[in-house]
Amino acid sequence: MVAKITNYEMASLGDSAIMVSLGTQVDEGTHQRVMMLSHYLEQHSFYGMIEYIPAYTSVTIVYEPLQVYMGMLQRAEADPEAGSELDLSPYEIVSKWLESVLQQVQHTAAAEPALVEIPVCYGGEFGPDLEFVAAQNGMSTTEVIQIHCSRDYLVYMLGFAPGFPYLGGMDKRISAPRKQTPRLVIPSGTVGIAGEQTGIYPISTPGGWQLIGRTPISLFLPDKNPPTLLKAGNRIRFYPISPIEYDQWSRI
Amino acid sequence: MGIYVIKPGVLTTIQDMGRFGYQKFGVVAGGAMDTLAYRVANILVGNEEAEASLEITVVGPTLYFEHAALIAICGAAFKPMIDGEELPLWRPVWIEAGQTLHMGSAKQGMRAYIAVAGGFKLPKPMNSYSTYLRAQIGGLEGRMLKADDVLQIRPPNERSTKIIDKLKRENKKGDSFASVSWKVSDELLPRYALQPVLRVLPGSQFEFFRPESLQSLFQEPFVVEPQSDRMGYRLKGAALQLKEARELLSEPVVMGTVQVPSDGNPIVLMADRQTTGGYPKIAQVISVDLPLLAQAQIGNPIRFELIDIKEAQRLKMIMDLSLLQLQLTIKMYSL
Repeated sequence: MVAKITNYEMASLGDSAIMVSLGTQVDEGTHQRVMMLSHYLEQHSFYGMIEYIPAYTSVTIVYEPLQVYMGMLQRAEADPEAGSELDLSPYEIVSKWLESVLQQVQHTAAAEPALVEIPVCYGGEFGPDLEFVAAQNGMSTTEVIQIHCSRDYLVYMLGFAPGFPYLGGMDKRISAPRKQTPRLVIPSGTVGIAGEQTGIYPISTPGGWQLIGRTPISLFLPDKNPPTLLKAGNRIRFYPISPIEYDQWSRI
Repeated sequence: MGIYVIKPGVLTTIQDMGRFGYQKFGVVAGGAMDTLAYRVANILVGNEEAEASLEITVVGPTLYFEHAALIAICGAAFKPMIDGEELPLWRPVWIEAGQTLHMGSAKQGMRAYIAVAGGFKLPKPMNSYSTYLRAQIGGLEGRMLKADDVLQIRPPNERSTKIIDKLKRENKKGDSFASVSWKVSDELLPRYALQPVLRVLPGSQFEFFRPESLQSLFQEPFVVEPQSDRMGYRLKGAALQLKEARELLSEPVVMGTVQVPSDGNPIVLMADRQTTGGYPKIAQVISVDLPLLAQAQIGNPIRFELIDIKEAQRLKMIMDLSLLQLQLTIKMYSL
């Protein structure tokens, strides 16, 4: 089904990128429009386009201005009728192309997003802040785990670090403030909570999240294509495993 | 056989133009900080302009050439020496087998690039040679060079071979190295400065800042702070403040994005920036001026000047065309 996106704004992000905003709120409707445009750009590109980056409410397209301009000159030469773009800057050529794309992107919302299940060993050395999160919310650690595992989370976008998912949909009952002083090293695979967000650290980095557990699964796979376990638009679900199961997973 | 690392220097990594196509997975683009010096170095030795090269920082390496090689050194004012003689920068240089190249330290600027004809024989994870230290990917085992490393070199292409033949013929005296009598035109060379003026476009949240902060941005100098690195240049000057506090969503950032955390001190994002950021973006340094910032040293004052996107793109296209012209000139030289 062909859909039309009418509510959008475009702005330059430096001299070699353009950002298309498709909403102002983080919600599933905006996310669907972001995914529609992303799917289109996965299959179609213009001469000089380098890559696209989906985010919460926008898609950013990186391009090479000289190639965009040369592409336009070639088109104008091949078809003088279409030579009306000669006065346009690369930014204007790209915006014009995107405007026409937004008139006719394919509606892909019907496709059921892939569900990725993620085993997590909660508490103990893997989740030193689990008890803090429980105390903060006046519940037991078992309840925190049960609530954390009870919902599916939408991967709105990847960013911050390779394969790091920005997840939506955490239950507010297990929210917890960031740590006053960030830890210098958080091991890869650590699952954390910051405010009303939950996430997984794909590589070892410093960070201020409250750490509740760790997954033995690798989220960043530099030798594979795509190099990450998760993609924007996936849904994920956590399930608890024991330290023994964690060990067995890690040996695979 | 290859280039043997006697001393690695303080931060020597393999870099190319960056890892593009993977930012949607959160993978950092990375790549050379001073892309102009990097591209020119590769063009001068006859390589494709995005071939793997060494990025050296402040204190360079000492390298032993187990076999002869054609190299070019471009960027900051280093004083590279072989056998007590100084090598020219911004020119192709033929180095005989068994020679030791001492890069020494930069007299001015931060970074230089050593391109070798043929390029380094290394894996190319996610379509790039760039070293990304934090995730330990790319380059040589995802790390900076260390003593006793050996860098293998691929055979030079036809274009490089012609340059090599010519330099070999000219080096009849059997000197330890030989170079050409010409150099890259001054017009193409970056205008490195101790007090660079960086041209910027308005950032996505330009309008969110107080008018007096915007005025300071374009009228007062900002000094490079010691914590600056490949990820970003941290600057200090007038505190830049928003009209009102706002929560922003994380959204993509690019090289040159000037973001302002709540302390009001701007950070110009550089090669190893994260793919997304959540701080308000006051400005965006234009592509052609990024090499000037990549060479700025701690304590250097930086000034900003506002231009528009049409001008920024025109300047970038002119620079890219000049590099194409240089590439053609090198081709003709080897005719």
